Amino acid sequence: MSGLQGYLRSDGRKGIRNVVAVAYLVECAHHVAREIALPWREHEVHAIGFPGCYPNPYAEKMMEQLCTHPNVGAVLLVSLGCESFNKYALERAVRATGRPVKTIVIQGTGGTRASIKEGRGWVEEQRIALDAAETVPMQVSELVIGTVCGGSDGTSGITGNPAAGRAFDQLIAEGAACIFEETGELIGCEHIMAERAITPELGVELEKSVAKAARYYATLGYGSFAAGNAEGGLSTIEEKSMGAYAKSGASPISGLLKPGDVPPRGGLYLLDVVPDGEVRFGFPNINDNAEIAELIACGAHCVLFVTGRGSVVGSAISPVVKICANPETYRRMSDDMDVDAGRILEGRASLDEVGTEIRDLVVSLAQGGRTKSEELGHQEFILTYKSFEPLGPACLPAA
Amino acid sequence: MSQHDPRLILLDPRDNVFVARTRLPAGEPIETGMGPAVIDRDIALAHKIARRAIAPGEKILKYGAPIGVATKAIAAGHHVHVQNMKSDYTPTYHLEDERKAGAAE
Repeated sequence: MSGLQGYLRSDGRKGIRNVVAVAYLVECAHHVAREIALPWREHEVHAIGFPGCYPNPYAEKMMEQLCTHPNVGAVLLVSLGCESFNKYALERAVRATGRPVKTIVIQGTGGTRASIKEGRGWVEEQRIALDAAETVPMQVSELVIGTVCGGSDGTSGITGNPAAGRAFDQLIAEGAACIFEETGELIGCEHIMAERAITPELGVELEKSVAKAARYYATLGYGSFAAGNAEGGLSTIEEKSMGAYAKSGASPISGLLKPGDVPPRGGLYLLDVVPDGEVRFGFPNINDNAEIAELIACGAHCVLFVTGRGSVVGSAISPVVKICANPETYRRMSDDMDVDAGRILEGRASLDEVGTEIRDLVVSLAQGGRTKSEELGHQEFILTYKSFEPLGPACLPAA
Repeated sequence: MSQHDPRLILLDPRDNVFVARTRLPAGEPIETGMGPAVIDRDIALAHKIARRAIAPGEKILKYGAPIGVATKAIAAGHHVHVQNMKSDYTPTYHLEDERKAGAAE
């Protein structure tokens, strides 16, 4: 087996993909961005963007972190012209990393047709250059891996999530940074989780983040719980939480991140996705892809997605590895699934075996391997409004 | 105490529920390890079954941790789900599939 290979970026991080990001800066520019990317739908040109017309520091941070993500090699910004998003600051931030960047302003270019033509011409040049780019050797310790669960059922917490946790433990032992998330799906686990923090102060921060999530969801009147979770045998948010918590494995917790914060070194991190302050802008994560985009904004090279009911999603920017927890679902939807973790339930594999399979699959993505969702052309992306305070001093490990 | 039915998973010795490793039909006899019981309704994969009689107000324990509270008396062998337990945090939103006869598929 050949070693890992990555694209070296100016900040020292390495990417396992070399994507051209076509980023719309308001929904009004979305169609033009999508049309620009369309001819390369099989070939690493991904449309991402922010739909809102009003300023939002969270969205600007997310967009900057995504446009300067190690898996991104060049960025085309698509602006209508009158939206509030600070396109100048974003273009400057991307240029500072040495990546090719260009901004198309639809109102200045002369409308839809002219903007698509200009955009496709620029993307074509970037693709030729990026396809010829050299890779450099990469270590497992340079990887950042996220995990999320979606379409969970009663199998998720028994097979897929603990298997993902075993993979995390192996990757962390090899020096990688691993991020688990959805504090709203850790309600009821806060005390056992806090005991795993590397400092008592971090433990307090972890407990506070879950208390914040519980308060936030109580105000909304719903848990982070969909109807399909109940059909799949989960009765309460606490039960879903206990299953979701298993994704974190057994390693000590090194830090607490917020969306767009990059882990300073290897170890296990919790991503706090619930906004700070009073409840504003609605649900913390309106669907699984909102969480995936936040993990990727933290630098995740790939995301482990555990599903029981059967999700089909992938993502723009970083590959999504789909781990199917339910053996019945796997038999129905195997085309969409990278890992059959339901074998554990049927006694055909152990948690450790599936954990090792997931770890090896992650490494293979840096050796030319592709996920099912990539092969199927999945490039889901969503970003909406949120607000966060900066991280507290106890949240990150000492350098 | 004898062994429980191999079609059921006991995730933690403290638990008062099992998890179904396979689908189980209503009327199916099972062994809880503390005596025989009968399944009360069709059980889908990974749904919960009472390991012993559970009183109203008693915590439901899975993974050795409380995952909610019983809202009714639950007999050993019976399905433990949204019809007889609830969250201690936020209410559970669920849809009944009108195309199916029972709540459990």
